[in-house]
Amino acid sequence: MTETLSLGWRQYRLERKMFWRNPSAAFFNFLLPLLFLAGGGAILAGNQRELDKLLPAIAGMSVMSTTFTALAYNIVFLRERGVLKRIRGTPLPTLSYFGGVAANAVTNTALQIGIVILAGKLIFGIGWPHDWPELIVFVLVGVVSLSALGVAFAHAIPNFESTAAYVNAVFLPVVFISFYVFDSAGAPGFLRQIAEALPLKPLIDGLSGALVSGSGLGGELDALAVIALWGVFGLFFAVRGFSWEGRRT
Amino acid sequence: MSDAAAAIEVHALSKRYGEFEAVRGIDITVRRGEVFGLLGPNGAGKTTTVEILEGYRSRSGGDVSVLGHDPGTRSRALRRQIGIVLQSGGIYGHITPREALRHWASFYPHPRDVEEVIALAGLQEKADVRSRRLSGGQLRRLDFALALIGDPELIFLDEPTTGFDPEARRSAWETVRKLRDLGKTILLTTHYLDEAQELADRVAIVKDGRVLAIGAPRELGVGASHYRVAYRDRDGNFVERQTDDPTTLLGELTAQALARGERLEELSVGRPTLEDVYLELTADGDGEPAGGARAAVGEAHDD
Repeated sequence: MTETLSLGWRQYRLERKMFWRNPSAAFFNFLLPLLFLAGGGAILAGNQRELDKLLPAIAGMSVMSTTFTALAYNIVFLRERGVLKRIRGTPLPTLSYFGGVAANAVTNTALQIGIVILAGKLIFGIGWPHDWPELIVFVLVGVVSLSALGVAFAHAIPNFESTAAYVNAVFLPVVFISFYVFDSAGAPGFLRQIAEALPLKPLIDGLSGALVSGSGLGGELDALAVIALWGVFGLFFAVRGFSWEGRRT
Repeated sequence: MSDAAAAIEVHALSKRYGEFEAVRGIDITVRRGEVFGLLGPNGAGKTTTVEILEGYRSRSGGDVSVLGHDPGTRSRALRRQIGIVLQSGGIYGHITPREALRHWASFYPHPRDVEEVIALAGLQEKADVRSRRLSGGQLRRLDFALALIGDPELIFLDEPTTGFDPEARRSAWETVRKLRDLGKTILLTTHYLDEAQELADRVAIVKDGRVLAIGAPRELGVGASHYRVAYRDRDGNFVERQTDDPTTLLGELTAQALARGERLEELSVGRPTLEDVYLELTADGDGEPAGGARAAVGEAHDD
């Protein structure tokens, strides 16, 4: 057990090192949400009601991009390159490996959420989060669910070249629908139903309660349940049919 | 059949993918300390066999023992004692060979020294260059280094030089010889005859999931016997004679010819090589392998 933990820690440190050395990963994980924040902030400047909505929406998107998107990319890349297969042939315990990979994604999420919180305090006039326990619970459940969904989704992607298409075909519509429904009270009923059933909109609701309104965890249990259900679904398919190597051509 | 000195024992191994039988009853024993080659055309079942031994694939039937373990159980104890060079195993592009080796070393209870392995693989000059900047040959050396870092008893090499230029092949062969000199057991798959001949102590020729022949390359082909001396006699008939002692035979033939004041037209001396055996065994049954093909393959393995 100690060995599994220490090997997991080593894997985690390697993943961090590689993350910082890969400019495109660093860009998509840090700069992109910052750009969204800056752009949205500039457009919505002075409109506190809208700024209050922008912040949790960007926070929710950050959780999704650092876990779902990043893991789907990573797993497909490592699988198709044969890195996973190589690791599979060593005595590195599977748990240590995935522990390190997951902890790497969680670190990115935490850093992102930290940036968003700081921006809320320093730039957007929102102040510090109103409900820390709610924030932690939602981020944790969101990270677990969306990580599992990212790994599960990687199974559906046939090769690395098509990863961007597959990931964006999911990521962009989910983000648009969720943002739209979250922002607009007049969104059509069917869109609202779709958004409420997907994991991102409930996550944004929870983060909004935690960061802005301080509505409390009790009022967002439904949202939490939806995210957790997606997590169970994702975990099942992430483990089932996990492939350590690319399909032969 | 059980042999205390055996690193790998395979008995009646079979593997089917749906209707397709990739491996149909393979028996091989690899002794400790030897370089054993699985030689065969593409699609012969070599990689399937090796990947069953490595623990990547399940088998449909038969008994398999690798260093006393059943690889199907994927025990960590076994993976600590083997090193694997995959046909196409990738490596993280953003770390250097030295960093990768340090990381890999932490997986094993008694790893070799990182610097020593870097030297052994010939990576001294590239040890601090990110892997994504390495050439194919350099990456192959890193493959060897990563397979070796845990100080394994048994090393699997799956088509270690496929797609290499001649220089990279030579250097890969050099590394394999160094591994053999360290006393490692090596199971090598290849579809290059010269590679099997250069590196393997014993070879199994595999086709369509079966072992067609097994033995030392020299026993399989390049023996002291069976030199073929061929010429056209004075009546214009083509004569081919087999001999253990070509020197004497040639001496007699040329002496007789000179005594008669004749020439030995189209005189040739040939040794049946591993190529002959291989081409004969792996031919699809329609006709003899062409002499031209034989000559071409023979040239390729000139030293």
